[in-house]
Amino acid sequence: MSSTRPAALAAPSVEARVTRSAQPSAWLLPVAAGAIVLLVFMPSLLSQGDLSTMVNVFILLTMAVMWNLLAGYAGMVSIGQQAFIGLGAEGVLAMAQHGLNPVASIPLAAIATAAIALPVSLLVFRLRGGYFAIATWVVADTAELVVSSISSLGSGTGSPVPGLSGLSAKSFGDITYWSALAVALIALAMAYLVLRSRLGLVLAAVRDDEVGARSAGARVMRARRIVFAVAALGCGAAGALLAVSQLNVQPSSVFSVQWSAEMIFVTLIGGIGTLEGPIIGTILFFVLEQSLAQHGALYLIVLGAVAVVVAIWAPKGIWGMIASRARFRLFPVGYWLWTHGATRGRKARRLPARLVGRGRGGQGQPSA
Amino acid sequence: MSWVNAVIQGILTGAFYALFACGLSLLFGVMGIINLAHGDLAVIGGYVAVALIPVTHVPVVWSFVIVVPIFAVGGYALQRTLLQASLDRGPFTTLLVTFGLSVIAENALLEVFTSNSQSLNIGNLITYSFSINSQITISYFSVVVLALAVAVLGALQLFLSRSRTGRLIRAVADDREAAQLIGANYRHVFGVAAAIAFSTVALAGLAYAMSSQIAPTTGTGTLLSAFEAVVIGGIGSVWGTLVGGIVLGVAQQIGAQINPAYQILAGHLVFLAVLALRPQGLFGTRARA
Repeated sequence: MSSTRPAALAAPSVEARVTRSAQPSAWLLPVAAGAIVLLVFMPSLLSQGDLSTMVNVFILLTMAVMWNLLAGYAGMVSIGQQAFIGLGAEGVLAMAQHGLNPVASIPLAAIATAAIALPVSLLVFRLRGGYFAIATWVVADTAELVVSSISSLGSGTGSPVPGLSGLSAKSFGDITYWSALAVALIALAMAYLVLRSRLGLVLAAVRDDEVGARSAGARVMRARRIVFAVAALGCGAAGALLAVSQLNVQPSSVFSVQWSAEMIFVTLIGGIGTLEGPIIGTILFFVLEQSLAQHGALYLIVLGAVAVVVAIWAPKGIWGMIASRARFRLFPVGYWLWTHGATRGRKARRLPARLVGRGRGGQGQPSA
Repeated sequence: MSWVNAVIQGILTGAFYALFACGLSLLFGVMGIINLAHGDLAVIGGYVAVALIPVTHVPVVWSFVIVVPIFAVGGYALQRTLLQASLDRGPFTTLLVTFGLSVIAENALLEVFTSNSQSLNIGNLITYSFSINSQITISYFSVVVLALAVAVLGALQLFLSRSRTGRLIRAVADDREAAQLIGANYRHVFGVAAAIAFSTVALAGLAYAMSSQIAPTTGTGTLLSAFEAVVIGGIGSVWGTLVGGIVLGVAQQIGAQINPAYQILAGHLVFLAVLALRPQGLFGTRARA
């Protein structure tokens, strides 16, 4: 999309300065630290029921952050992330059956899932676009069928996760909550670091002009493969959390395409291609789910309809609409260009803002 | 001898997949989009017949006379509105929108018709069969489906290469701007292509509901099989799709012969093997015509 090239680059005589954030975001750090401290002490403030809802919030948030990295930044629409969710959950089950503590096996299951994702990428990367999407779905179905034929994992009916029965209900709830919080925070931090790194630059270059990026020496396939593995790592951790929090693993549930539906809808509605989008989308999802809980599958119909409308008519999502008005970002992953004469106040140039590091909020959109 | 039977039944199943796949191929060939709701469309076709037959008193076998026109009109209308709007945003958006439609369709069917499976009962027409020997029995209905698949693929091929509208569709698929310069309304052409694709998928869905059971979640398996048939045969090749469907069907029946639980898995493994060894498919060329 060469049309999105900012005008300022064509006029090198303009004196310009580039910063990572629009305003000094020094105040953001203490606020974020305060929020995290508050989240850590949640178990003493909330009831058991609310705490387990929060666990589900963190699980979905982790999935959405990972899908956003895949589709929003690397341009790969995967409908098969439930493959890695299921493998993470089954990994915890298998390790718990061999005497490992289920909570301790969360990172191991996630790493094992990422290791499986690498050979999978060799196959599915042979197809592109829509064919890639369905190929990942086939992989997920294959993984479910293979796992369902393993009798030690309970075959198709599933199996309870052993090893946590000694805990009281309170300490089980607290430990599950803290593990989920840790996984969600690590997922956000990983996405943030990926985007701030060289890899993030390659992804942005590919998004803007793939042929140009390739000819400039960007190793596109390698970048995509790393993102695919990172997303599998995150989804594996989310699946491992599912196994710990539900204490039961059933293939048809952990490999359900509903996970992909939820992570995709949440990301689209919140704002694809922004780190803030999945957070907003996940919060909205749980508000909607709570209010439509007694109507069965209705919440997915409503969510799907909203996601379709947003994808077509408001492709930047809710955060995109907020961010286009405010010069404020929770996560400074892009660059701001300040031309000569612009002050830090209202006059900052809007056009080149978020020069690099912006995800794809629907293709063919002007950058301003 | 049961292996020979598995191959024969596999060929007949493959015809089903080819019938499912031709609409998927057509939409991709013309507009470059993958319709992730394709499998659910087939299931909706079956449910429309389930809902309409008690009202209209049409014999079940003739239900396609009502359902196919409904799908043709619906396909044209959906293409001119929602699908065209998403297409204008790019293939990325179309993929997400059709996936959203797929989830909506599946859950709406679940709300209206519950998760119980349904079937279109055509009485003893489904049980008529002939025996080659004591082990191999072929039902007439599956032979009719094979003939239908060959006829639909052949008609599609003939229509695209010989008719005026078919040539227009190919022109728009090749170069939309140039086709517009000579006066083609590409939006209308896309609508016509969608109408044809929706009609074929309705036909496939009805045949499936007559010979087997449908449930709201059947669409996923249908989409995956149709997609595998297209990729195994080679993207863009009409007769490749038929061969791809047959390869898939035979693989599934042989898998089922080993262990009934391996039926779908065997199909997936053959698909993944083709992806690894011959990603352009059996009849595919590197560049699509």
